[in-house]
Amino acid sequence: MLNILFIVPFGNRINTISETARVRRIGLILTPWLLLLAVWYAVALSGLVNPSLMPTPHQVAARFWELLKGGRLPLDIWMSTQRVFLGVALGTLLAVPVGFLLGWYRELRSFVDPLINFFRALPPIALIPLVVVYFGIGEPAKVVILFYASFFAGVIVMYEGIAQISPIYVRVARTLGATDLEIFGKVIVPLAVPHILTALRVSLGVAWATLVASELVAAQQGLGALIQNAGSFFQLDIIYVGIICIGFIALGMDLALRAASRRMVAWQDRIGT
Amino acid sequence: MNPPAAAAPRIVFDQVSVSFDTTSGPLKVVEDVSFSIADREFVSIIGPSGCGKTTMMNIVAGFVAPSGGNVLLDGKPVGGPGPERGVIFQEYGVFPWLTVAQNIGFGLGLNANRLPAGEKAAIVQRYMGLMGLVDFADAYPKTLSGGMRQRLALARAYAVKPQFLLMDEPFGALDAQTRSNMQDLLLDVLAAERKTVMLITHSVEEAIYLASKIIVVTARPSRIRAVIDIPFPYPRDESLHERPEFGALRSQIRELVMQEYAAQQRQSIKHPVSNPG
Repeated sequence: MLNILFIVPFGNRINTISETARVRRIGLILTPWLLLLAVWYAVALSGLVNPSLMPTPHQVAARFWELLKGGRLPLDIWMSTQRVFLGVALGTLLAVPVGFLLGWYRELRSFVDPLINFFRALPPIALIPLVVVYFGIGEPAKVVILFYASFFAGVIVMYEGIAQISPIYVRVARTLGATDLEIFGKVIVPLAVPHILTALRVSLGVAWATLVASELVAAQQGLGALIQNAGSFFQLDIIYVGIICIGFIALGMDLALRAASRRMVAWQDRIGT
Repeated sequence: MNPPAAAAPRIVFDQVSVSFDTTSGPLKVVEDVSFSIADREFVSIIGPSGCGKTTMMNIVAGFVAPSGGNVLLDGKPVGGPGPERGVIFQEYGVFPWLTVAQNIGFGLGLNANRLPAGEKAAIVQRYMGLMGLVDFADAYPKTLSGGMRQRLALARAYAVKPQFLLMDEPFGALDAQTRSNMQDLLLDVLAAERKTVMLITHSVEEAIYLASKIIVVTARPSRIRAVIDIPFPYPRDESLHERPEFGALRSQIRELVMQEYAAQQRQSIKHPVSNPG
């Protein structure tokens, strides 16, 4: 989702842009957010919605600050981030080799593919009762759900990417005298790096989107737990705080990962840069 | 130019046939082809597209095994691909994740041709110079033009000191001016370091300008239609195009190629099959 929502039409020519252009750029980035804020205010203040059902942005901001100072929010953020990291790390660790094998061996793909799509289609939330039965209600249960979501998102990106690698590079390497091992290390791995990074980005997005479901499993801390608890006590402003935190953390991580991959795969030909 | 008759041929096609399995049954692409290429000879194979010329090159490169007959390389049947046979593809195949210098050095970093580091740098430098790429040593291929990418591919192939150069429509994707420049560059490079060359092309002009022998092949399945010696000595330059003998050869060969081209057209209307190259 994130990668669709946040495609920004400027590339890495920042250092050549003049000061006014930079101001314009920042303005362009802020505009949709300010608009969103304006719409929120308009809806909250228009009386269309019962005021007790719709906190205003500044009420939510105040609650955010209070939770932050009280130490509850930093702990929630830490717990959630840690679970997401663990789930994505384990999921990607498995998705990379599996996606690689499926992308490379077409025959294998033709009969494993339906299986992967079968499991991918299952909503993680539907698996919670089973996860509780097999993994209990501790941390492993939550990480398992995130792992599940990350793996299936990552593996598809990975094998689609590997399957698209042009065989010409392998042929060229062979004509230069490369052995199978050299072809793997010096041709396939470098070509796989961009796909690994994309798989990581997609997994991260999916993991954040699955977080609330994973924290349905008896979580005391975490942003998902915060939202669910607030829901039971009808604390709408806290629900908003939790949702906005998830969105911003996911956005921040995605931006960081994109910046990192721009440096790591500077050789890639990109559309729009 | 022409080697003494006693010299053993480097590449020999001996009654070679190739057929591929397709969904509509076996497809014969090469049939009973025999010819040989002498040491340091420049042979150009010309024929209608989709007739099986590329398959003939792929056999020598080691990517395709003949279904019948033998292809011998210095008297031995061709095995897999190897660094003594440099291959230049139409789509360049330069490694996008490596810089120009790293691309040229790629083959030298492989176990098959490993060299001391100092020597490697000198070779990379030499071919960057020869191909006019010195200013782009640290550039990634995405920033290079088509002509420069093909020069890079040529430099990379040359760096491992192949004895053979196999080229499949190497300049087919380039514009006319760049193509002509590349032909001259290739002649210069070959003058500096002579190789035994097999060039697949469908440009009659290009074949005559570059080659010492032209083999015209028929519509699919490829058989040999004619073998024509090109009498012009090397070094050659652009003025060759203006010579009346050049024009005469061009008309003669073009006539042959056009006939085969027409045959290929008729064939593909009757039996539309996927193009095996």
